[in-house]
Amino acid sequence: MRSSGVAAMLLASVVTTTPALAQQQQPSVPLIAQGCAGCHGQNGAGQGATPPIAGTSRDEFIKIWAAFRANERPATIMNRIARGYTDAEVAALADHFAARR
Amino acid sequence: MTILTRRRFTALASALAGASVLSPHVVRAQTRPRLVIIGGGFGGASAARFARLQFPQVDVTLIEPKTTFVTCPYGNLVLEGARTLPQISHSYDRLKARGVNLVHDWADAIDPATRTIRLRGGTALSYDKLILSPGIAIRWGALAGYDEAAAEVFPHAWVPGSGEQTTLLRRQLEALPDGGVFGMAIPANPFRCPPGPYERISMVASYLKKHKPRAKILALDAKEAFSKQNLFQDAWTELYPGLIEWVPSNRDGRVVRVDPREKVLETEFGTRHRVDVANVIPPQSAAKIAIDAGLANETGWVPVNPRTFEATRAQHIHVIGDANVGQPMPKSGYIANSTSKQAVASAVALLEGREPPASPVYFNTCYSHVADDYGISVVGVFRPGETGFVETPNSGGVSPRGPLAERREQRRLEALYADAWYASIVEDAFG
Repeated sequence: MRSSGVAAMLLASVVTTTPALAQQQQPSVPLIAQGCAGCHGQNGAGQGATPPIAGTSRDEFIKIWAAFRANERPATIMNRIARGYTDAEVAALADHFAARR
Repeated sequence: MTILTRRRFTALASALAGASVLSPHVVRAQTRPRLVIIGGGFGGASAARFARLQFPQVDVTLIEPKTTFVTCPYGNLVLEGARTLPQISHSYDRLKARGVNLVHDWADAIDPATRTIRLRGGTALSYDKLILSPGIAIRWGALAGYDEAAAEVFPHAWVPGSGEQTTLLRRQLEALPDGGVFGMAIPANPFRCPPGPYERISMVASYLKKHKPRAKILALDAKEAFSKQNLFQDAWTELYPGLIEWVPSNRDGRVVRVDPREKVLETEFGTRHRVDVANVIPPQSAAKIAIDAGLANETGWVPVNPRTFEATRAQHIHVIGDANVGQPMPKSGYIANSTSKQAVASAVALLEGREPPASPVYFNTCYSHVADDYGISVVGVFRPGETGFVETPNSGGVSPRGPLAERREQRRLEALYADAWYASIVEDAFG
């Protein structure tokens, strides 16, 4: 009952707003990728000694992440970080940073 | 290219002229919902910037009394001499340029019922959603003898203000005689920046080793264990042998009274430690405004919904940063930054009748410097649980242990990554 009420409200907001405005309402960057900005710079552009991740292809990103997670790639902290994210989350990160230049 | 006819141009010009009669601010306030943020530290500044970048449909106002923010992170490097105060001071000009309305005033009180904030300057400000990121208050008097006057003799250097406390402690360190004792009183959990006292021990030791090799650090702790303990203690043994004495609570390390006149730190069982300089890191709570608004529980911190950060005791107020009950998340700048985005996205979603973003991940890394070219870290990946926050199992944790000879590259890189973290997080909050 309650969830159908929410659904109706969401539907109402979709039909009454223009596509441009509806788009505005969602963040353009997935929230999961926000955590990366604390070290890797804005949009994964890299910062100082911390390497850029923007523009890494999706497959490469996922491969590197898996290697960090399995301790199969030299790491200082990424191995510890990699184990904290699910495959679906890593895929979302990969999509996001592959689209950044 | 559009070519305007004279007639259309005239019509457009008069329309523009008409619009300019109304102040753009008034038009915005009438048409856009109002997101107000109290506190321009890592949490509040990150929230303001993120809101301005991601949600053009809301009006964003940041209330912060200071025009320059001095960071707690890297304050210990200022004590050491590796950084200067201007290097860790940041202005709000870039946030202003992004369209954040800056109000440089103290927010004195919040009335959750009318959604109004009273400013010290006398005006009131209303909000549709409030992001409250007020930081901590020192619980003056909770440690016997430690009041604001005592802090002028025994600096806390834990709430940076405009840098006065850090500058005072640095001057005292410079005046410390070789062979003197640098005392520290370290509080029980929870407090701002869990590894901070131990980075401070390390940075003071680094200074003493270079300039006053016969001086000593006496660190009296209200705890038996601390963040990154093995890594810190390994480093102290290897780099600063005989220079640091750390006394845990089970060996009478808990300071219960301070006497700035006699320069004494007194512990639980009545031991009076005479020191030449003392850094007293006092017990803390959420900032006064959060407590006055009735948001805090009996522990002095603000319980929040772990998915939206809305205060459990008041609707429409999302409380982020050091002021909330965040355990097991640390009270760190990175957590304030990371959680600010979920809080803002949730506030805007609720404003628009949408569900707050599902399945958030809150990310933290705390780097500490223990010597030149020597950094260590702890990583945490957190998610909302049933009632509070939960650390993701089998993830995160601290840097690997091992003698410096074997770990030199790891330590060197982590010191560099710490510097990169500082630059990145400052950009993400104030840039």
